[in-house]
Amino acid sequence: MLETKKELVSHLKEALGNAVLDTVIAFDELTVVVDKEQLLETLKFLRDDPRNQFTILVDVCGVDYPGRTSRFEVVYHLLSPTQNERIRVKVTTDENTPVESCTEIFPAAGWYEREAYDLYGILFNNHPDLRRILTDYGFSGHPLRKDFPLTGYVEVRYDEELKRVVYEPVKLTQEFRRFDNLSPWEGASGVLPGDEKATQDVDTEGS
Amino acid sequence: MSEKQIRNFMLNFGPQHPSAHGVLRLVLELDGEVVERADPHIGLLHRGTEKLIEHKTYMQAVPYFDRLDYVAPMNQEHAFCLAAEKLLELDVPRRGQIIRVLYSEIGRILNHLLNVTSMALDIGALTPPLWGWEEREKLMIFYERASGARLHANYFRIGGVHQDLTDSLIDDIEAFCDPFLSVCDDIEGLLTDNRIFKQRNVDIGVFNLEDAMSRGFSGVMLRSAGAAWDLRKAQPYDCYAEMEFDVPVGKNGDCYDRYLIRMEEMRQAVKIIRQCCELLRTEKGPVSVTDGRTAVPSRASMKQSMESLIHHFKVHTEGFRVPAGEVYSAVEAPKGEFGVYLVSDGSNKPYRCKIRAPGYAHLQATEFISKGHMLADVAAIIGTLDVVFGEIDR
Repeated sequence: MLETKKELVSHLKEALGNAVLDTVIAFDELTVVVDKEQLLETLKFLRDDPRNQFTILVDVCGVDYPGRTSRFEVVYHLLSPTQNERIRVKVTTDENTPVESCTEIFPAAGWYEREAYDLYGILFNNHPDLRRILTDYGFSGHPLRKDFPLTGYVEVRYDEELKRVVYEPVKLTQEFRRFDNLSPWEGASGVLPGDEKATQDVDTEGS
Repeated sequence: MSEKQIRNFMLNFGPQHPSAHGVLRLVLELDGEVVERADPHIGLLHRGTEKLIEHKTYMQAVPYFDRLDYVAPMNQEHAFCLAAEKLLELDVPRRGQIIRVLYSEIGRILNHLLNVTSMALDIGALTPPLWGWEEREKLMIFYERASGARLHANYFRIGGVHQDLTDSLIDDIEAFCDPFLSVCDDIEGLLTDNRIFKQRNVDIGVFNLEDAMSRGFSGVMLRSAGAAWDLRKAQPYDCYAEMEFDVPVGKNGDCYDRYLIRMEEMRQAVKIIRQCCELLRTEKGPVSVTDGRTAVPSRASMKQSMESLIHHFKVHTEGFRVPAGEVYSAVEAPKGEFGVYLVSDGSNKPYRCKIRAPGYAHLQATEFISKGHMLADVAAIIGTLDVVFGEIDR
């Protein structure tokens, strides 16, 4: 399996040239990072090249890394039934730069790109119908972004007096608690509760 | 006489329509009775599963997978466990693998029974669901006897399954097989040669293999168009490689072929269940990894040893850390390829867990499949797509 993947990598690099930015083989899976501008050529090549025949687009999804300059990764999973191989193609983008839609090459991408747009706010160029898909009608925000709170911003209930559904800001009866159960011996990232008092004491005594 | 301007008719199909199989709102544009455009509105059951999983430890994420395709819960758990095991590089003990395969196949029967019979109900046959649901009831009792829950089992664990099966349960599962096959014959007796059923299904919802691939179909949908593609054979996981079973493949790509494939898959699932029961009699041993990184100590040792008690507490609160990396692992769920794309940043919670539901790709093609069909055929087509909104809306 590993040999065929390595062969595939060299084949791709040969055919696509500098469109391939990076290749990783980990956990017996091949990931190819490609240039956003050459995404469509890459996907078309992977689909049509007789040595690959990645004819099934299994999945398209976004991943959010807020720390990076181009914070989103758009991940395409392709499957080749004839070669019995899978490949993962990645491009990176940010909130404002659109990615070319691949609905022309794979009609299956339509809803997956709508989903990535809905949940992450990733824009797709030339998508035939880029509407929200999973969230409520009239929803605002992109819930799977890392800076979107788990509890959301609005809650919905049926109002008996108004005889209709009303939207209100989220009211939490108890503050949302996020437990950091990571062991303190293994280097918790934040300040341990109570530690700030100790350092304050030292400071006041010292001064 | 001047020509009259005829406008197309817009129809909202669902979200409370019984043959919408859940909360599907399908906006149809009809020219007379012929479907011109179909726009499925989904998301009415969106619960933010992927977001919730990002805030839970790996072990706490498993129950969410029961609630995706709630018709065959354990098949989904299987995909997540396989993905996490890949990252952790765990090898599941053999008995654990056999139990997982056994219950995945029970899930397959659960799913196909519901799909075949309720699709028959959608197009006017009342008896098949009554017969099918009786068998489902028996299978759900097997779920309950293994996990304590009839539906949301939470039985698979990263590294195996939660607990071992009793010998009497294995006997009962084996005893279920023969009578079930005759129930399959009975249901087929009602439907397969039924003139009305054939009129409603033959040559309805036809697509060819090329279209099926470009639209991302998998499972029965892909096989009905003639592809002999089954992940259990092509990319075997757990102990599927040593199981003996056949993969039924269709010829015409219509609703009738898909019905026949589902009936045959149930019989093949029974075949696998029999093999698993046979193996479980001889293969003794642990059902889950014993490596303390992910496994909890036994209850007996917790009563004796303080360290075991601490260990148990730590695994259930802090969870375990999963090495950084990303994997995609897929199982042949009854509805098609169910995949989990898991990104780990090395902490005790998944950084990203994308759930690839087979029904999502299938429902997307509603317009493609139903265009030009009559309104009444839409019910048959949605039935054959095998959609469950738990997994589509997530």
